[in-house]
Amino acid sequence: MSDDTLTIAGAPANGFLRRLDPSMVLWIVMIALLIFLVASPTVRLLISSFQEAETGRLTLENYRDAYFNWRHLAALGNSLELGVGVAILAGLFGVPIAWAISRTDMPLKGFVRIMVLGAFITPPYLGAIGWILLAGPNSGWLNKLWVALTGQAHGIFNVYSMPGLILVVAVTSFPYVFVFTNSALDLVSSEMEDAAQVLGAGKLRTVFRITLPLVFPAILGGLIISFLEAIALFGAPALIGLPARFNVVATQLWQFFEYPVRVEMAAAFAIPLLVITVLMFWLQRRILGRKGYAAVTGKGGERRMIALGAWRWVMLGYALFVCALSVMLPMTVLLQAAFAKAWGRGFSLDNLTLANFHYLLFEQTQAQSTIINTFVYAGATAFLAIALSLAIAYVVSRKLVPWSNVLAFLCVAPFVIPGIVLAIGFYAAYAPPPLALYGTGTILVLAFTTRFLPIAYTSSAASMRSINPEMEDAVRILGGGRLLAIRRVLAPLLKKSLAGAWILVFIPAARELSAAIFLVGPNSRVISVMLFDLSEEGNFEVLAALGTILLVVTLIIAAVGFRIIGRDFMLRRSTS
Amino acid sequence: MTKLALRGVERRFGETLAVAGLDLDVRPGEFVSLLGPSGCGKTTTLRMIAGFIDPTAGSIVMDGRVLSSPSGSLPPERREMSMIFQSYAIWPNMTVAQNVAFGLELRKLPFDEVRRRVGEMLDVVHMSHLAERYPAELSGGQQQRVALARAIVIKPAVLLLDEPLSNLDANLREEMRFEIKRLHDEFRITTVYVTHDQAEAMVTSDRIAVMNHGRIEQVDDPHTLYTRPKTRFVAGFIGRSNFLDGTCNGAEIAFDAFAVARGAIVNGGALSGKVTFSVRPQSMRLKRAATPHAADRPQVEVKIVERAYLGEFWDYVVVPVAGRTRLRVTSPPLEVYQKGETAWLALDPEQMTPIV
Repeated sequence: MSDDTLTIAGAPANGFLRRLDPSMVLWIVMIALLIFLVASPTVRLLISSFQEAETGRLTLENYRDAYFNWRHLAALGNSLELGVGVAILAGLFGVPIAWAISRTDMPLKGFVRIMVLGAFITPPYLGAIGWILLAGPNSGWLNKLWVALTGQAHGIFNVYSMPGLILVVAVTSFPYVFVFTNSALDLVSSEMEDAAQVLGAGKLRTVFRITLPLVFPAILGGLIISFLEAIALFGAPALIGLPARFNVVATQLWQFFEYPVRVEMAAAFAIPLLVITVLMFWLQRRILGRKGYAAVTGKGGERRMIALGAWRWVMLGYALFVCALSVMLPMTVLLQAAFAKAWGRGFSLDNLTLANFHYLLFEQTQAQSTIINTFVYAGATAFLAIALSLAIAYVVSRKLVPWSNVLAFLCVAPFVIPGIVLAIGFYAAYAPPPLALYGTGTILVLAFTTRFLPIAYTSSAASMRSINPEMEDAVRILGGGRLLAIRRVLAPLLKKSLAGAWILVFIPAARELSAAIFLVGPNSRVISVMLFDLSEEGNFEVLAALGTILLVVTLIIAAVGFRIIGRDFMLRRSTS
Repeated sequence: MTKLALRGVERRFGETLAVAGLDLDVRPGEFVSLLGPSGCGKTTTLRMIAGFIDPTAGSIVMDGRVLSSPSGSLPPERREMSMIFQSYAIWPNMTVAQNVAFGLELRKLPFDEVRRRVGEMLDVVHMSHLAERYPAELSGGQQQRVALARAIVIKPAVLLLDEPLSNLDANLREEMRFEIKRLHDEFRITTVYVTHDQAEAMVTSDRIAVMNHGRIEQVDDPHTLYTRPKTRFVAGFIGRSNFLDGTCNGAEIAFDAFAVARGAIVNGGALSGKVTFSVRPQSMRLKRAATPHAADRPQVEVKIVERAYLGEFWDYVVVPVAGRTRLRVTSPPLEVYQKGETAWLALDPEQMTPIV
């Protein structure tokens, strides 16, 4: 070996001092993109709500028009009723199942978990369509069953009602309560319960006096998320509320977008949704962050399952009942319709057909492009969201710019912006010239990216933390720049968790309806929007087939996620 | 001649002063350790030399060229140094050979040359047989060897080591100390080594800089550092010591219950007023009886108040019969005294070092 120090290729022997890293350009571009995606639409939304449509002058008129109107106020009331009803019902569904799975010897836990995951993956509007087939007045399966069993002239279920809507939304949003409660219960040590039992408390008393109060903040956190999901939802309320002749905020906002489009009024009417969401998240943070519940720490101690005896069958019965309401029943009738010539003719061989799929995949050209659009947009969204959030997570963790915490905040801020509100913000900011993005695929991808940025950022920041910065320092001291370190070391090491994050973004992006419905154009239609249009035509067989395609692709992607990052990856409490 | 120089290097993090005006010259081929307790600023200093942190004042100069100053710094990738990290930072996505080859590839060496040098280097660290393994399949000691190979193979201008042995178990740590020493003897790369373990520093270093509260207290070779500590901190951090307060009084320095002639102490003539001395437990002897005619070796009658047998030696705590100062003294295993017994303690004035 030679004795001389090996010099780095291209490095001037007497280089001048330089602080500026060539990679800095990339960070600045990423930060600009972040501002473009998050800050600008939100600010535009706020500004438009105070602007006159024609002149752009500041005014309070939008607020006056939006709120001094009984129909509009009723929609606001309906949204709150829906949110509270869903939260209560989701609690009744989610908490007992979470407790049974985490703390008891209930049989068939694996199956129940998979069903809960199924409910999590099912888009609420597909659940709603399943329930229309189940509990539509007269023709719904449950009503027909009722008539057949009792001999009465009319069925008793009517999904086109507020209770119907609450049920439909609750069965798809109870997994939030489940996830929060379950992960908190998993941290409660059996010793907490033992201590109560040593003092003479029975099993039931222990559950209600010790176990559940310990995880109460987590339960409340889950209820708040269910509430917020419910008030921000567009699809299910539109499918069920409009035929039942009642509006919620989301459907009312949609009506502001019918001709003539009144964006400014929509912006004003969207503000309470934003305010409620921000307040509720603040509340949830406070509750979950309270020190008094420090018992829920990482150190689990010994954990034993409570033997329920014969009651475990009762518990299982309840869990299966919830699973039936949320997944098994709606999915069964949806699949039946997808493969049926006419869904009302029931489960018989001569009613079976593949014609619906054939029609969608090969005959109807618009359907083909819609399906392709959906997965291309979702894929692009996932890539963009991860690239952006990874870059920002990197900048934040290495403190490359001052105020880097503000960047982290911008990345998670869309979490508190309901999809429909975000869409209005995007419409206000980027539909008019100079960008004129309305109706393009680009605006959908950008809006989806913003909407799911918090998911991508939480994953990216977590995986960034899991890697020792010395891995990168080692590259740099040997002569490699930051970008080389990212390419050769960081990216390969993060491959697996980034694939997981990609799936976590892809799945909700593929089914997103509320942000899409406002921004979609004739050439950028996606499955969710087409499903919605088909339901207005009452073409349930084709609709069900399209829904099945969406579900099958989602399931395949989720299964890949299982293989890469483990069984529970979607049910982990990754938010907040 | 100076390879690397730190001139008044200072680093603040917000209000806290992590490194407070450091001056240090490292000669070409020299092995210098930064030794100190955790939080003394040694790792910050090392990372400033590497270029990961910029100093808030002062400058770092290599071969006469300013690398770091508050107005701007050369980034780490352009300093032609290499570094070994506490976590080793072996890239788990590359094989042993790929890890070692990485720095050479960045230097655009021809493929054959890279292979040859990697092979030679792996031979030197006894890792040739594991060249195609992935790091996850290696033990801690083997990963350490890969880290050494990867850092040395590029013939860095300066090699930096950040507590490289702190994650190894005790036996392996001892082995690796000598391994690092051997590699330094073989390649003579200018090296700065950060550690909180004095034994590590004493085995490996040509000179040790003892750091405390962001300052260097003393820089010397290991022997001088041990026998002639300049400050109370250095005397206490490197090995154990007794601190005796003495008062200059004419030709004598008076201590609790005994006195030492000024002339017997190295540079004793320059002292004045109250002076504290560091006296190592090994520099004193316990004896059954006073030795006659030993004017240059002060003797004090002491009582044994505590004792512990540590196998290689006895550890006694004694107090002068006519005084109150507690002194630790070590004795060979066969010199057994009971608690409460009296004995004579002989001091060696040449090994008494005044400290501040």
